[in-house]
Amino acid sequence: MTSLHPPPACGIPTGMSAYPFTLAGAALAAMPSGALHWQAQSLLVVSDLHLGKSERLARRGGALLPPYETRETLSRLDVALEMTGAARVICLGDSFDDIAAADGLDEGDRLWLLRLMAGRDWIWVEGNHDAGPVDVGGSHRAEVTIADITFRHIAVPAAVAEVSGHYHPKARIGGQARTCFLTDGQRLILPAFGAYTGGLWCHDPALSTLMGDGALAILTGRTALPVPMPRRPDPRR
Amino acid sequence: MALLPPALSDWFAAKGWTLHPHQRDMLACADSGATLLIAPTGGGKTLAGFLPTLAELGTKPEAGLHTLYISPLKALTADIRRNLRSPVEGAGLAIRIEDRTGDTTYTQRRRQRADPPHILLTTPESLGLLLSYEDAPRMFQGLQRVIVDEIHALAESKRGDQLMLLIARLETLAPGLRRVGLSATVEDPPALARFLSPRGCDILHADPGPDPDIQMLETDAPPPWSGGGGRYAIPAILEQVARHKTTLIFHNTRAQAELFFHDLWLQNSDDLPIGIHHGSLSREQRERVEQAMVAGALRAIVCTGSLDLGIDWGDVDLVIQVGAPKNVKRLVQRIGRANHRYNAPSKALLVPANRFEVVECIAALQAVRDHDLDGEPRGPGPRDVLCQHILLTAAAGPFDADALFAEVTRAGPYADLTRPEFDACLEFTATGGYALRAYDKWQRLLFRNGLWQLRDPRTAALIRQNLGTIIDTETLKVRLKRFGTPLGEVEESFAASLTPGDTFLIGGQVVRYEGLHELTVEVSRQPGRDPKVAVFNGTKFATSTLLTQRILAMFQQPSWPELPRHTAEWLSLQRAVSRLPEPDRLLVESFPHDGREHLVIYGFAGRNAQQTLGLLITKRMEELGLAPLGFVATDYATLIWGLEAVHDPAPLFDADTLREGLEGWLSGNAVMKRTFRNTAIIAGLIERSHQGRRKTGRQATFSSDILYDTLRKYDPGHLLLDITRQEALRGLVDFGRVEDMLRRVAGRIDAVRLTRVTPLAAPLFLEPSRVPVEGAGRERLMQDAADRLMQAAGLA
Repeated sequence: MTSLHPPPACGIPTGMSAYPFTLAGAALAAMPSGALHWQAQSLLVVSDLHLGKSERLARRGGALLPPYETRETLSRLDVALEMTGAARVICLGDSFDDIAAADGLDEGDRLWLLRLMAGRDWIWVEGNHDAGPVDVGGSHRAEVTIADITFRHIAVPAAVAEVSGHYHPKARIGGQARTCFLTDGQRLILPAFGAYTGGLWCHDPALSTLMGDGALAILTGRTALPVPMPRRPDPRR
Repeated sequence: MALLPPALSDWFAAKGWTLHPHQRDMLACADSGATLLIAPTGGGKTLAGFLPTLAELGTKPEAGLHTLYISPLKALTADIRRNLRSPVEGAGLAIRIEDRTGDTTYTQRRRQRADPPHILLTTPESLGLLLSYEDAPRMFQGLQRVIVDEIHALAESKRGDQLMLLIARLETLAPGLRRVGLSATVEDPPALARFLSPRGCDILHADPGPDPDIQMLETDAPPPWSGGGGRYAIPAILEQVARHKTTLIFHNTRAQAELFFHDLWLQNSDDLPIGIHHGSLSREQRERVEQAMVAGALRAIVCTGSLDLGIDWGDVDLVIQVGAPKNVKRLVQRIGRANHRYNAPSKALLVPANRFEVVECIAALQAVRDHDLDGEPRGPGPRDVLCQHILLTAAAGPFDADALFAEVTRAGPYADLTRPEFDACLEFTATGGYALRAYDKWQRLLFRNGLWQLRDPRTAALIRQNLGTIIDTETLKVRLKRFGTPLGEVEESFAASLTPGDTFLIGGQVVRYEGLHELTVEVSRQPGRDPKVAVFNGTKFATSTLLTQRILAMFQQPSWPELPRHTAEWLSLQRAVSRLPEPDRLLVESFPHDGREHLVIYGFAGRNAQQTLGLLITKRMEELGLAPLGFVATDYATLIWGLEAVHDPAPLFDADTLREGLEGWLSGNAVMKRTFRNTAIIAGLIERSHQGRRKTGRQATFSSDILYDTLRKYDPGHLLLDITRQEALRGLVDFGRVEDMLRRVAGRIDAVRLTRVTPLAAPLFLEPSRVPVEGAGRERLMQDAADRLMQAAGLA
């Protein structure tokens, strides 16, 4: 498991070693890139892509951020699909920074996305940023259930066998901050997969109240690294 | 020569005041387009600046703004207003004098824009705001004179660059505007004059007064081997405080001031009233100290650069500098804080904080005696400031690019700006300047009817919110738990290093860290306990090139009669065991110690450059399989520890490889990312983070590091990366000084292999702020920590 090089600060996570675990009896793998792989279902799940974020900010008269986050995110997704060969994809909400951002995609980025979707069963789950149908292929759903596991954008407090996103959890270990998966065996929260996304420390009450005892934080990076989910206000943030 | 109104001359005469020669000179130069006055502190410099204004306004002036006075400090504007009002009111002149700062009320500000006073006192940032409104031309059209006080201090930062752009703008609105700069003693007056006005500027020198009475403080105990506190000298310092009326005790960092103040009180058996003043204390606390000082209720103030400028403290008769002064010019200016009476020698004492600083203090004393002042030449005007200026201009109304370019080059720092450089900045503000033309639809500035203007006029408010070039480090407030009493602020990075139970000092008291609550550091009082973690970050100045050169020259002496015996013996021992560093050679020692291999590079390039050198060399060592584990840098050396001995250091210092390292290292280093962040905020790419916004938008906001990495990957030629690289030559990265050192050394490297720690290297082992190397070792640590945690939780 020991890697000899620091993880790339920016770039394509290579996913050398995923972390296998079970949720509601299903054998899943947390990939170091932040994607979830369910091999038995040939399914790849990613959350909070926030495609078109820079375009949305510019449209609103804000800053003109480097307009490269969509291709960066798509290239990460491309790598994850290449590696897993998944036939089904769930984008777990907030895939687009808003509905108009989906229409405003750069032509090259749009073609890239279509190429990734081609020949795959592709499901867009609605998020709070992209509630409503977007003008790209695939199917659009509020939530979806596969073999007893429910996939939705925002976790429902009492739910079991649930996979969600929305919170962009992150944690710090050994002085390094990383986005992370959170799981307590009943539910799983995915990290944000998009390039221009921040995070919420997993000791935040919003997250610690959702997760049951013995929860794990699985850090992304060069390898998927599980640690007990930090609970108390972490002074190391 | 302009004549003062008779009523004013009479009032001066009644007070028994006569004008100093330089004050008369200023009146004689009243019609000059630009004048720079260089005068020591206490020389009546500010009044000299205003005399021509008072002469022109006369007894019954017409309405309208006549003179704009700009100072770097808010506090100074209020002080000057009081000082100026007494002669004006005493002589019965109908001159309206007002100040306008961030503290001025909304109603007052509105009124000032509609009906400006004759003399307006303000700061660069407030002037920027005034100029960002559409009615600026009306307010400033009759302006006659602009006075820039403490221009030497402003010229040291981007605030000065911005101010000169604003003054160029003012001159467009008020043709014939005269510029006046008031400065303390500087090393290169003509350069400062060009900064103020590139098209010619008169320079006036006031009598510099007698040389200061300055010495190194003799103590019974020799200074310790390392550390920066100077606490060993407290008994001797208390003795000096008791013997003088009022003493200012300067420290180089806030943390050192805190530690010193805490220990000072433990030893203050006479209960001398002594206060503390620095930029991290709450405003209430600072004001209390200032008021007590003005009232003469304090015998001493432990302080930092926060008292370098500003209010005339009256009765200060001794300045003590604790820790090496790092910079001769600042030392001279600090010394000037004592004996604010003209023609009385200032009295000052230097207290070296450790053995090495004894050498530095003696070198500084010699430089002061020789009137040898240091200073790095200013670089060209920074382009991030220009980007902000273009946005500010757009906020005020549509503009013509040719006219704006012509105007900008009338500002000293931008006199040599090329049109392509200007156009690249304009392009950045309009479209983002990306290779991928993504924002044609959403341009920030549009070109319409021959003029550039905001696409959405509502964004002017956003531009105003982000105005200014001072980038606050992100700080967290410190409060007493349960009581909620505010104590001050600490930097986020310091707060991040705390674990509950850690104790640290703030405002002179020891507090215990309880936890973070809503972006506030909660603490409880912990009286009588030694602080465990004592350092919170503050500005660290690098020792100037001039001082390091003087130190290296001193090392070449056969003996050191001017040094205390303990220090001279230390240097002799180093010479016997290894060798002493030389001006045009590079000494590199290597030795094993405590199971690790060590490498010491005596570059004498100043703290920031030695730090950069540490990062570059350890990166090279990592590539060569020398497994470096970490390093620590001081102003004169970098100490690296690792697993493998370095027998031939020469290949590590190849200039081209190091320069490549800087380029490659650009991708990952935190210092570089911080440089980028500052540039991105000033240029208007990202907004300043306000406390409130940080709190609510944590999930949505993301770090500027991500933008930096993205630009590096997809748009490496982008303007902001170019500016960031240029910034890296000075400031925190200071690569320029690494290059200077390599040029000076020209390959003459003395590699000395030893069996144990050398006398000169020993203090380095006691230095704090060690930097771990992010390499193979760091990843292993993370894995180990994870494994331990999993095991402890019974999960592995």
